[in-house]
Amino acid sequence: MSKKSFRQAINEALRQEMRRDPTVVLMGEDVAGGQGGSSGVKDAWGGVLGVTKGLLTEFGESRVLDTPISEASYIGAAAGAAATGLRPVAELMFVDFVGCCLDQIMNQAAKFRYMFGGKARTPLVIRAMYGAGFNAAAQHSQALYPLFTHIPGLKVVVPSSPYEAKGLLIEAIRDDDPVIFLENKVMYDDEEDVPDEAYTIPFGEANLTREGSDVTIVAIGRMVGMANEAADRLAKQGISCTVLDPRTTSPLDEQTILECVEDTGRLVVVDESSPRCNMACDISALVAEHAFGALKAPIRRVVPPHTPVPFSTPLEKLYMPSAEKIEAAVKSVMTQKTPEVA
Amino acid sequence: MTYVMTALTMPKFGLAMTEGKLSSWTIAPGGAVREGDEVADIETSKITSGYESPASGVLRRQVALAGETLPVGALLGVVADADVPEAEIDAFIASFRAESTEEGEETAEATSSEPKMVEVGAHRLNVRDVGRGEGPPLLLIHGFGGDLSNWMLNQDVLARHQRVIAFDLPGHGASSKDVGDGSLTFLAEAAAGLLQALDIPKAHVLGHSLGGAVALCLLRDAPDSVVTLTLVAPAGLERAVNVESLKAMVESDRTRDMQQALQALVHDKSLVGRKMADNVLKVRRLDGAREALRTIAATCFANGQQTDDLRPVLDAASVPVRLFWGEEDEILPVAGAKNAPDTVVKYILPEIGHMPQLEKTVEFNRIVEGFLEENA
Repeated sequence: MSKKSFRQAINEALRQEMRRDPTVVLMGEDVAGGQGGSSGVKDAWGGVLGVTKGLLTEFGESRVLDTPISEASYIGAAAGAAATGLRPVAELMFVDFVGCCLDQIMNQAAKFRYMFGGKARTPLVIRAMYGAGFNAAAQHSQALYPLFTHIPGLKVVVPSSPYEAKGLLIEAIRDDDPVIFLENKVMYDDEEDVPDEAYTIPFGEANLTREGSDVTIVAIGRMVGMANEAADRLAKQGISCTVLDPRTTSPLDEQTILECVEDTGRLVVVDESSPRCNMACDISALVAEHAFGALKAPIRRVVPPHTPVPFSTPLEKLYMPSAEKIEAAVKSVMTQKTPEVA
Repeated sequence: MTYVMTALTMPKFGLAMTEGKLSSWTIAPGGAVREGDEVADIETSKITSGYESPASGVLRRQVALAGETLPVGALLGVVADADVPEAEIDAFIASFRAESTEEGEETAEATSSEPKMVEVGAHRLNVRDVGRGEGPPLLLIHGFGGDLSNWMLNQDVLARHQRVIAFDLPGHGASSKDVGDGSLTFLAEAAAGLLQALDIPKAHVLGHSLGGAVALCLLRDAPDSVVTLTLVAPAGLERAVNVESLKAMVESDRTRDMQQALQALVHDKSLVGRKMADNVLKVRRLDGAREALRTIAATCFANGQQTDDLRPVLDAASVPVRLFWGEEDEILPVAGAKNAPDTVVKYILPEIGHMPQLEKTVEFNRIVEGFLEENA
């Protein structure tokens, strides 16, 4: 066990699975990173943020494939390769680029198992960066996990830390269905203890990073760290919070969410994706439908406004959820009382 | 006039603990306490445990709030006599805070107690080696499905006057996952190999559950290396074993199921929280971990019974032996204690389950410490 960054955790997961299973291949724009440049250097950076660095050197060009800038072609190729026996990990770079290849994901990969009567397996992983806070502007900053969560046939993973990222990515590669694996680009340098060995974390089981009795905070991806920070500050003020990280938005661990709300009676959902039809809506609806009787206060969502992500640093900061905003939301549900119903 | 005031500080339960949560105060401000009384419940990432007052007096001040998470060593409260003026208590708190800010950096460096990997033949064993002292060290051997964190409430206490070595058995914790044929003999060889690798000719050996049987095998196969033997709910003295519970402890893959499985280990079920289950799951989810445990279970607990009968080894033991067993043990029934000869001093503990070292920590540590001192 040693401290590893989110970037190293992803790299190690890919490396260990490629060593273990020769059918695992990587493809995407720049995954080899700088190959064929004028300096003659191969494997210069390993992807735009260096995540796949060193993999070309170890596994060669037949397993680490740099693709043309054509998402529709290589995501389609990856889906086909998966259906015929490989385990491709395709990198979409920024998740915002899904606009170019959504048909391959939504109408092809996601539907194979269902439309071929359960006879087709599609062990495909699509990795992509998501999220604001990087001054990457409106076309490179979206948090599109609700879009994928909406599509039956896809599994959707949003890891919240390096430990989570490694175990969930190995699980994704070993899974026989298409998995969308989203990495928050602001978190690549986050560090924590990560085992050197390979390990898996099952899909559809929430992780409680804090256990408390007053309020349940459900947070996704990078929001988990902010929720933990808010919970720790609130604890000093005598407000005890559970922080629940669903880990995967599809499948969603509905049971644990409902149990936590039954215990605390208050719910705050933190989601950095656009506020209409996002995970905060979905989870709020779940709780309103199945645990309404347990609620002591209205559900509160901490979400950005319904606008494109601003490029301007102060505006982007204003746009994003934060520990301060979560803290304020928790305090508001602690003081609000629903009227007694006779 | 000098007043005696005692700081209650966040305790350190084992190596991984850097901070703890004050779950609740069990004594109200102004309440009288005696040394050893439980004053608060502390929750760590692994376990919830009572915090005992280091002094007698009155709980004059609760500095930390219930629910607060604080670093190890942080001030929780102050115990002093009833006649100490409030102003003195305030001054004490202020000076404690000033001092602890100065000391902050030193404590951050004192992490030599981190476990290290030791090569033992083909094994890589995760070893935590702490404490220094004259005489043979104490070797702690955990049970089936356990790891060195099973000793989190014991190792550092026992290491106050003594070198104490805990390790993860092959197939367990962070150690390598090859368990050979999964036999006690194989595991005992690894333990003997570790002593050799650490250049330890003789050790006090303390084994829990399956680790107790490993300790007995070590005594059988390398009698000269064992100075004293302490067995805690050991395997090998009875046929009966709760294989259903052991299986659930291996195979459970959800926090809720694992928590329930682990609760069979203790009499006070509230000791096993979600976090403890999460930590066990982290170890189970390592590649090869479950397979290793299945191999051991298939060899040591075939057909729902224990395979090895080690009563002859215990009967023939010429070293001093202590035996602990919880009366409410749900894994290995306490009836096994009857099969130990009269030469063995037995501590049968009422209202305690399979893990006396966790459930009856203070008494357990005190008895073991005394036993080792007698045989130093």
